[in-house]
Amino acid sequence: MSPAADAGALLRVEALEIAFRVRGGDVLATRGVSFEVRQGETLGLVGESGSGKSVLCRALLRLLPSPPAQIRGGRVLFDGVDLLALPEARMREIRGTDIAMVFQNPMTSLSPVWPIGDQVTEGLRIHRGLSKSAARDRGVELLRAIGIPDAARRYDDHPSQWSGGMLQRAVIAMAMACGPRLLLADEPTTALDVTIQEQILALLADLQAKNGMAMVLVSHDIGVVAETCDRIAVMYAGTLVETGPAAEVLGNPRHPYTLGLMRSSPRMDEHATRLQPIPGQPPDLARPAPGCPFVERCTFARDACRHESVRLREVAPGHASACLFPESVV
Amino acid sequence: MWIFRFVGLRLLQAIPVLLGITLVAFLAIHLVPGDPVRIMLQGRASDAAVAEINARLGLDQPLLVQYGRFVGRAVTGDLGTSIIQRAPVSKIVTERLIPSSFLLAYATLLSVLLAVPLAVWAAARRDRFADHVIRIAGTVSFAMPSFWIGLILILGFGLTLKWFPIAGFGQGFWGHVRHLFLPALTIALFLAPLLIQSLRAAMLDAMTAEHVEVARAKGLGERRILFKYVLRAALIPVVTILAVNIGWMVSGSVIVESVFSVAGLGMLLVHAVSTRDYPVIQGLTLVFALMVIGVNLLADVACALIDRRTRNA
Ligand SMILES: Nc1ncnc2c1ncn2[C@@H]1O[C@H](COP(=O)(O)OP(=O)(O)OP(=O)(O)O)[C@@H](O)[C@H]1O
Ligand code: SF4
Ligand SMILES: [Mg+2]
Repeated sequence: MSPAADAGALLRVEALEIAFRVRGGDVLATRGVSFEVRQGETLGLVGESGSGKSVLCRALLRLLPSPPAQIRGGRVLFDGVDLLALPEARMREIRGTDIAMVFQNPMTSLSPVWPIGDQVTEGLRIHRGLSKSAARDRGVELLRAIGIPDAARRYDDHPSQWSGGMLQRAVIAMAMACGPRLLLADEPTTALDVTIQEQILALLADLQAKNGMAMVLVSHDIGVVAETCDRIAVMYAGTLVETGPAAEVLGNPRHPYTLGLMRSSPRMDEHATRLQPIPGQPPDLARPAPGCPFVERCTFARDACRHESVRLREVAPGHASACLFPESVV
Repeated sequence: MWIFRFVGLRLLQAIPVLLGITLVAFLAIHLVPGDPVRIMLQGRASDAAVAEINARLGLDQPLLVQYGRFVGRAVTGDLGTSIIQRAPVSKIVTERLIPSSFLLAYATLLSVLLAVPLAVWAAARRDRFADHVIRIAGTVSFAMPSFWIGLILILGFGLTLKWFPIAGFGQGFWGHVRHLFLPALTIALFLAPLLIQSLRAAMLDAMTAEHVEVARAKGLGERRILFKYVLRAALIPVVTILAVNIGWMVSGSVIVESVFSVAGLGMLLVHAVSTRDYPVIQGLTLVFALMVIGVNLLADVACALIDRRTRNA
């Protein structure tokens, strides 16, 4: 029995450090990120554009191109096995079977030159060795299950014949094909209309409940994760600044950045009248400064924030914040 | 079947093009300054002979009538009579059409067989040793003039090694294959570098597409991704480039034809121009146009087979 399985964690990321080697220095895309995803739960990963959410998801599946990406340190334990130490061939078996991913833009997620159905079932044929006809039967079932009407006939359609919402459904079906235990959904609704967004989120929640899989739901809108997630991890400039149960974090935010995200989310505010975007820009990831990375934009900042190093510290059971003065956040 | 509708539609679209080209071919005789018949006969003929030829060619009729007749006859395959060879143009052209088309198809096949694996290799090993070697070799081979490559091949494979004949068209299918190998290779050594370069670029471009990363996230192997996703998407722009170049080669293969003494359309064209055999020039213009239209039609069909989106266009 592996140690992580004892702890009930399906995925456990420890002090993950990723840099991009670019001209003019290294961009530190994640700095010492640690978190857990338990069996069957949904973790909401939120943060502004450029905070490193996509880099983190790709790193979990080892999809980052190297060069320029470099894993500088840390471990990614899935079921107690460090994915970062696996040979590529073994990693390939895990991709699409144990861990699957859904990407932001459904319009570009499928190859334009192949029938949708064949792409949806490709994983089944590669990983599970299904015959063409068996894969087809299963593919039609999958498409039907994610709400494509007339699935048998539309199996052979090409991506250009489907709308964005339908394509995202197909991409989700594709990710679900081999029954993954962990689904990474990287802003699965950002490219879609508002009404479609709701449907896709509902679909994901439904599939998750039925299949008992765990999910990391990425969004830059804290309102999106508020509705569907068990726990929340807030990411800022390559670090996690607050983690905890969703109700806890949203009801009692202990980091000014989390508060800022809540005040700037149209979904968190029924009337959307008091929307306040967070002023300022995130720091340059190529030149990390000592102290709290949020200091330039923080309305609670004090002198200590500039020099003292910050790290996630428990403020309540299971609830952690990287703010030096979590009690002052109101 | 979509393919019948698709080809039918393309052929309908070709009709105005064909009309335009018949007009140009027709005007070949009428745009030359002076009396074309006298030019054809190079001033050696009597007035009676000129009048006789004018009447035979119908050049004494009004222009519109002449054009109507030209089109009417061309539709039935009658392209007039060669002044120099005194034989039907259609017969002369058809005789030359076979070696030329054979050479063209052969050269295309060789180019593709050379270019696709090399381009895939170069793209997969981008900026590494193999990529650089392929690029440099391609540039050298592209930069060498065709007659020079042809002569080197004749010297090497023909005269020294004696693997292949160095001239003529040969007898029977396999005879043609053997005889035309060196000329086809000469064209391929010019065409393949173009294809390699564009296919490599298109593949590198296709590799950055998001669906490639999605495919990787599905757990597909690099080889499968390279062939199924990247190559397939990259082929479409390259088919178009290939078609343009083959179209150009239809009349541009004359150098290769003369180096290897292949009695093809290119040689016929040079001969017809130098002897001012206008009916033959007229006929050739039409045949070249038909071939270019045919090549483009094939390219469109190929694209439609690769990517279904283009089928409805
Ligand atoms: N290939 C790369 N080369 C250099 N830097 C990169 C590369 N990919 C990402 N980065 C850097 O990593 C940081 C994090 O990017 P990432 O795409 O993970 O952000 P994100 O949180 O997903 O944002 P978004 O909401 O826009 O999707 C960015 O600041 C970006 O500059
Ligand atoms: S540590 Fe200081 S600057 Fe950083 S979030 Fe807390 S109060 Fe603001
Ligand atoms: Mg992103």
